[in-house]
Amino acid sequence: MNENKLVWVFIEQRDGKPADVSFELLSKGRKLAESLNGELQAVLIGHNMQAVAEETFHYGVTDVLLADHPDLHHYNTLPYSRIMSELVDRYQPRIVLFGGTFIGRDLAPRVASHTRSGLTADCTDLQISDVTYLRKDYSQLLLQIRPAFGGNIIATIICPDSPVQMATVREGVMEKIPLAQPVAGRITPIYYEPDAADHLVRIIARHHEESKVNLKAAPIIVAGGYGMGNWQNFQILHELARVIGGEVAGTRAAVDAGYIDHVRQVGQTGVTVRPKLYIACGISGAIQHRAGMSESNKIIAINADPDAPIFGVCHYGIVGDVMEVIPKLIDAYKHKLK
Amino acid sequence: MSYHSIVMVKQVPDTANISGQVMKPDGTVNRSKLPTIFNPEDKVALELALQFRDRFGGTVRVMTMGPLKASDLLRECLYMGADEAFLISDRKFAGADTLATSYVLAEALRKLGNYDIIFAGRQAIDGDTAQVGPQTAEKLGLPQITYAEAILKAEGSTITVKRKVDNGFEVLEGTLPLLITVVKDAATPRPFRAKRVMAYKNAHTLLELEKMTEGNSLLYVDQLKEEYVSKGLFIPTLTADDLDVDLNRCGLGGSPTKVHKIESVVLGGSAHETIPATKDGMYALIDKLMEDHIFG
Repeated sequence: MNENKLVWVFIEQRDGKPADVSFELLSKGRKLAESLNGELQAVLIGHNMQAVAEETFHYGVTDVLLADHPDLHHYNTLPYSRIMSELVDRYQPRIVLFGGTFIGRDLAPRVASHTRSGLTADCTDLQISDVTYLRKDYSQLLLQIRPAFGGNIIATIICPDSPVQMATVREGVMEKIPLAQPVAGRITPIYYEPDAADHLVRIIARHHEESKVNLKAAPIIVAGGYGMGNWQNFQILHELARVIGGEVAGTRAAVDAGYIDHVRQVGQTGVTVRPKLYIACGISGAIQHRAGMSESNKIIAINADPDAPIFGVCHYGIVGDVMEVIPKLIDAYKHKLK
Repeated sequence: MSYHSIVMVKQVPDTANISGQVMKPDGTVNRSKLPTIFNPEDKVALELALQFRDRFGGTVRVMTMGPLKASDLLRECLYMGADEAFLISDRKFAGADTLATSYVLAEALRKLGNYDIIFAGRQAIDGDTAQVGPQTAEKLGLPQITYAEAILKAEGSTITVKRKVDNGFEVLEGTLPLLITVVKDAATPRPFRAKRVMAYKNAHTLLELEKMTEGNSLLYVDQLKEEYVSKGLFIPTLTADDLDVDLNRCGLGGSPTKVHKIESVVLGGSAHETIPATKDGMYALIDKLMEDHIFG
């Protein structure tokens, strides 16, 4: 069994800029390392990454394994997964965490496959605990907690016999908590030798647009679900958001139905938000959606079905037809505040 | 140049449309009662493969790992236009996580061989992991292009693919053979072709033929199989014996991730404040939100 107590976080960068989710994972990773009485380390791959490497010291990283090379400037599956797999093979960390981003979800399964490690996607919580599984005792396993099966169950996954335990976590799920003082960490350079196979897939064009939507920063979010009924009805949410000064969001079902763009999806497989006010309209409240919004400061739920699970997490519940309630809410707001 | 594709498809419980009939009295879902469907993104992957064949020529084979019931899915693939279908099925494969699943799929692909592109949906709606595609590619030592939105070009052994990334897209050029996972917007699956439905509605997998002979002493599986093969209606089944697999890496035993605990989500009430859906109710709500320092 794996006796070392290393917790690793893959630090993701795009155009040299570190992703928020990596610092969120470092914050969680630090807690896991404390529970294990172990050490938090980071793996960073890119070019001119010195400053980013040093930034991780503010999150308690004691050692950054840094592969820095001009060919590694942009994420590319084959070289990145080769470097990461070799590092995992060599150091056998106890835990490896990846962001649940396009990059993390492309990279993590490849590394897990190569190293034959257990990997759990889109965890909403991670804990360390002793576990008895099939009458055998295991100490200090990583509990990987996630909703499953369309949100009808919450599953706790373990990797009892896997030396390395891997998980991906979506952006915003864990809280980013820098230390008051950075630790005195070190940077370990990792030698990268280019390989012909690294170029089997080549990037020939990239189009990046800075996201115009920042749901995580919005103080008020007006969100709609499949219960809005159709695209036309959904538009009333934009009206409400405009009047009260909020951003519009949707559930996965609303995104799948084409009511709203996927960048505005709140939930386990979308964005996790903690606004001052979250207004859930025509949202039944599947656990995956609740995983992305239940920590909002105040939640208003509007739904025609009094038994909808969304009423289980809201502070103010309104049972009624959203298309009738929202105009009244808009009128009341205008009357009281304008 | 023409290309040979294999599409990996999966039959999944329809977790998106849970009706009252599958709810147990305690408020949890009876998973065995959920209807099964063609995993939506796998269907898009098949469509993209068929469009690719329409443009450049070649063949499209489909394969799925699953129980007897997954035979329905393979017939649907034939209705849409797949040239050949394969069922990978064995009790020894049951209970597999993504690592053990990708191991068997990779061995099946090795067995089928002769492919330029392997297509798969980005993820299946029952687990949403998006892991099986990349894990299969890794095991075969193939490059991968995930989140593909369109195949822009194919020339010789190079294809050009547009893929989604965080906040934008990339255009990648890949050397074949490789594996592509496909997002929902990549294509609109074609309806079943009536002619093909007529032609293949009686296509059966070996498992189905075995079932037909059960309790019927006049029917022999081998005979029946021969008959179906001669009519072009036999869907081959690959079992553990047909594949060169290490059983320690298959099924539940070969899966490093284990389910430690499952808690059914029981829908219950909570101590929220009920606001009447009236004008007065809305006025009172605004007042409360002002007291909460959210408005005003």
